[in-house]
Amino acid sequence: MTVQADLFCADAVTRIEGPLVFARRRVEVGLNEAVEVIGADGRVRLGRVAAVDEAFMTIETLESTSGLTLAGTRIRFVGEPVTFSLGPGILGRVFDGVGRVLDGGPPVAARTRVSIDGAIINPMRRAKPEDFIETGISAIDTLDSLVRGQKLPIFSGGGLPHNRLAVDIALHARLRSGKSEPFAIVFAGIGVPYDQAEAFRKSLEAGGALGHTALFLNLASDSSAQRLLTPRFALTAAEYLAYVEGRHVLVIITDMTNYCEALREVSASHGEIPSRKGYPGYMYSDLATLYERAGRIQGRPGSVTQIPILTMPADDITHPIPDLTGYITEGQITLDRKLDRAGVYPPIGVLPSLSRLMKDGIGEGFTHPDHPALANQLYAAYARTMGVRLLAGVVGAEGLTPTDRLFLEFGKQFESRFVAQPDGARTLEESMAVGWELLRGLPETELARLSDEQIKRYLRKPAADG
Amino acid sequence: MNEAAIRWISGPVLRAVTRDPFRIHEAVHVGAKGVLGEVIRLHGEEITVQLFEDGTGLKPGDPVQGQEAPLSVRLGPGLLGNIFDGLLRSLSGEGRDFLLPGRFLLPAGRFHLTPLVEPGRILKGGDPFAEARLAPDAHAAQLCLVPPDRAGEVVTMAGRGEYADDEPVLTLRDGQGRNLQVAMSHSWPVRVPRPVAKRLPVDPPLLTGQRILDCLFPVARGGKAMVPGGFGTGKTVLLETIAKWCDAEVIIYLGCGERGNEMAGVLDEFPRLEDPKTGRPLMERMVVIANTSNMPVAAREASVYTGITVAEYFRDQGLRVALMADSTSRWAEALREVSGRLGELPGEGGYPAYLSTRLAEFYERAARVTTLSGKNGSLTVMGAVSPPSSDFSEPVTIHTKRYVRNFWALDRKRAQARFYPAIDPISSYSEDADVLALWWSKQGAPAWAAQRRRFLTLLEEQTRLERMARILGKDALPPGQRLTLLCAELINDGFLRQSAFSVKDRYASPRKQIRMMGLLTRFMERAEAAVGSGVAVERIAALPILRRLQRMGEDIAEEEYERFDALEQMLEADFGALSGPSGEEKPS
Ligand SMILES: Nc1ncnc2c1ncn2[C@@H]1O[C@H](COP(=O)(O)OP(=O)(O)O)[C@@H](O)[C@H]1O
Ligand SMILES: [Mg+2]
Repeated sequence: MTVQADLFCADAVTRIEGPLVFARRRVEVGLNEAVEVIGADGRVRLGRVAAVDEAFMTIETLESTSGLTLAGTRIRFVGEPVTFSLGPGILGRVFDGVGRVLDGGPPVAARTRVSIDGAIINPMRRAKPEDFIETGISAIDTLDSLVRGQKLPIFSGGGLPHNRLAVDIALHARLRSGKSEPFAIVFAGIGVPYDQAEAFRKSLEAGGALGHTALFLNLASDSSAQRLLTPRFALTAAEYLAYVEGRHVLVIITDMTNYCEALREVSASHGEIPSRKGYPGYMYSDLATLYERAGRIQGRPGSVTQIPILTMPADDITHPIPDLTGYITEGQITLDRKLDRAGVYPPIGVLPSLSRLMKDGIGEGFTHPDHPALANQLYAAYARTMGVRLLAGVVGAEGLTPTDRLFLEFGKQFESRFVAQPDGARTLEESMAVGWELLRGLPETELARLSDEQIKRYLRKPAADG
Repeated sequence: MNEAAIRWISGPVLRAVTRDPFRIHEAVHVGAKGVLGEVIRLHGEEITVQLFEDGTGLKPGDPVQGQEAPLSVRLGPGLLGNIFDGLLRSLSGEGRDFLLPGRFLLPAGRFHLTPLVEPGRILKGGDPFAEARLAPDAHAAQLCLVPPDRAGEVVTMAGRGEYADDEPVLTLRDGQGRNLQVAMSHSWPVRVPRPVAKRLPVDPPLLTGQRILDCLFPVARGGKAMVPGGFGTGKTVLLETIAKWCDAEVIIYLGCGERGNEMAGVLDEFPRLEDPKTGRPLMERMVVIANTSNMPVAAREASVYTGITVAEYFRDQGLRVALMADSTSRWAEALREVSGRLGELPGEGGYPAYLSTRLAEFYERAARVTTLSGKNGSLTVMGAVSPPSSDFSEPVTIHTKRYVRNFWALDRKRAQARFYPAIDPISSYSEDADVLALWWSKQGAPAWAAQRRRFLTLLEEQTRLERMARILGKDALPPGQRLTLLCAELINDGFLRQSAFSVKDRYASPRKQIRMMGLLTRFMERAEAAVGSGVAVERIAALPILRRLQRMGEDIAEEEYERFDALEQMLEADFGALSGPSGEEKPS
């Protein structure tokens, strides 16, 4: 530890404004270094140095400054940026939003201590994510496949079953090769209500996954500035589990909307000029420092796969939070309120969903040779259905051509039999078989995305050939 | 060396005190690690510096060392085939899984030199003086240029052999009798455009192998194009596809504030692909510059200039160069962020008032030119634009549009139907098309311009008719209009749709494009004639040739031209059967 490690500074605070504490600087302190702000009540609040000059410094506290006084407040200097002490024992444990043990158990035996900001992965050293993960969900596995090392968010809305979907994916996720490799789940709850966090924990427990899960909980009642740290602690843990312990880590972060709200709040308290809808202009870069922490690295065995969940304000996909997220992540799974109301689970809105890395993990040598063409044709047919529905809304189904009526029927079946899964999780083969079956309801002349060979081989005779 | 001491630091901006003559845009190293930065403001004894790297741990009193030169990059034979960060520092090297801030040494590359000049020759700036090769027998040679701001008489020229790229190999005596040392590589300030002898009008097309571009919205060599589109509409795949198949000799691929995995994807894929013309791995003609979204923002702002400077350097060797910038919006946002930190007055959308000027300056660096040494070179620039909320009326889209000649707008609806490339044929345009018609005519396609017009008109008509059909129902439209809809759909499916991932279809040669355009035009002629003589549109829609035409791009590979002949015969036969005695229909 550095010399500053045990330096205290009392009677230095001159001004407190929102989360910002201004203090006279009497010791050497560098930008971004961690400090502890200790109130007269003895409570320790984590903070970091946001600005420093010859005489003064500005500390951004990451917990509420409520109750602090100018005179009684002391500052302890840590001499390095915010770090997290990690060891294999973090699995099966529950932490608060800033990495402190919350489950009443003993502290985690530390093997290493790393900065929570993570280091930038050299793009040249990244390994290509291409291992197909079967989630058991037809709309994802067939149409928007997830691969190891991908960042694939769920764009949801208030009241939609995004948490259930995330748990279903976490509990079912497996490689099709059946190879068992060490894996882990990291769950970060940002500003979530207590009962939601508890429900999450319970379902993981029921699924027998708690033993290889690390939970980070910043509850709705916790300070909002702390929300900015929670995903960073969680991702630091994930990177440790992946790159040091060699595990395949699935990180679920919910709810990124709360994170962005906190970012806006803190930015406003700094007096920064806001960009769209009051969110700071650097929100894209800030989110990127989180989302880009997914991936694989050449020569290292593990991987970090991220499924961040966000609730779109007013279900608006053009809102800055989903918009900037979509610009950074490798696709998005979008939930649809209409489908949810119709009782479809999982209510995945197929058209606005996308997996950018799908092409690297499916097809010949990965899943099935007919997988890409099937996905493509299902997309094209469903998109056409949407156009037909629009038309039918005006001229009525009677005014449609016979072909258009077939598309209407296809759309109905697609939503109730392919997207909806009353039968529970499906293997990829089962999902694809449903897909081919639905396409059989359409005239072959309308299937321009399929080659003659594919029509002959997969469409005309029952599926399940091998 | 200029020196200063930090007085205040916050985020990526610091102020320092000095007595030394720092200048604007001077590159600096800060602190013990030598974190890289740039002077952005001078005020009395205080300089303001923006950091290109993370400044964690820097504190008041830490030294700031000026380099007495503006931010510059080293241009030379070591660039091709490699990947760099936004400040042109190599990203290669084992054991560097993570990027840490601070100075690190750039190992000089070693190259085989073949001299092109002898003592006594007078050289001006930009003249080639040697060739550099990776190995003595390597087929690809690069020219070594006298820096544009140097000139003189050759005093000594190193002989054939292997040298480090930064080692002096040429001595020039300038007008004042001073000796100047020149290496294979030279340094150039990124924010200063490299000089040329003359700018030339843009011409012939830069062929991309993408039908919707080459035939409907072509870009000329030396031209400039923008690709606006919301997330997931296909900007990156389009630019990557052009990087793979366009007929430039050198490609600069600039990933500006985008994904790390995409950069890794380029590095994974390009070395395995062959240049259709030379048969060499595509990576050999590429320089990749990667400032990913999680790298510091100020370096993102600089990376655009780094990229275009490297591109100009190859143009100066008399080469055909194309630069793809993905995404210029991230650069504009970096400008906004830096400007905000300086407390400048924000303009539209929070961007500084000089956004438009910066965009203009950047795109102005695209051109076809006569180089200083009298060769012809060109630099074509294509920039992705990522409009917030897919709103094309936002400042970056609007201002970029003022300076480019080609507008390739991506459409979310098409992308959602997985119709790629999702370029909207209605709002996109090309100002280069008229000039390029002559080239197509020389390729044996004198009808190119007319066919192009016809396709565009038809597609426009389609939108209008579809709007009507939505009110009246399709059946209510007269046969002529129903046929228009059928033909427009055919052009979309059979011509405009082209998957970047289909091995047969990802690249279409001009010859293939001409054949396809010709067949479709013929179909329309015959169909119109048939409908004119009373044949029902439904019968045309049921012709077997239709599916063949819809899929011809994907079904027929480059070498299989005879299959197009077969299609033509089938087309004539299908229509022949329609209008035969049994097929005649009476108008009702
Ligand atoms: N020309 C194309 N051919 C085939 N697929 C494409 C094409 N363009 C885009 N795609 C698909 O769309 C996805 C998103 O495209 P991308 O270029 O990454 O979008 P953007 O850069 O605009 O966000 C890709 O991952 C790919 O699956
Ligand atoms: Mg992109």
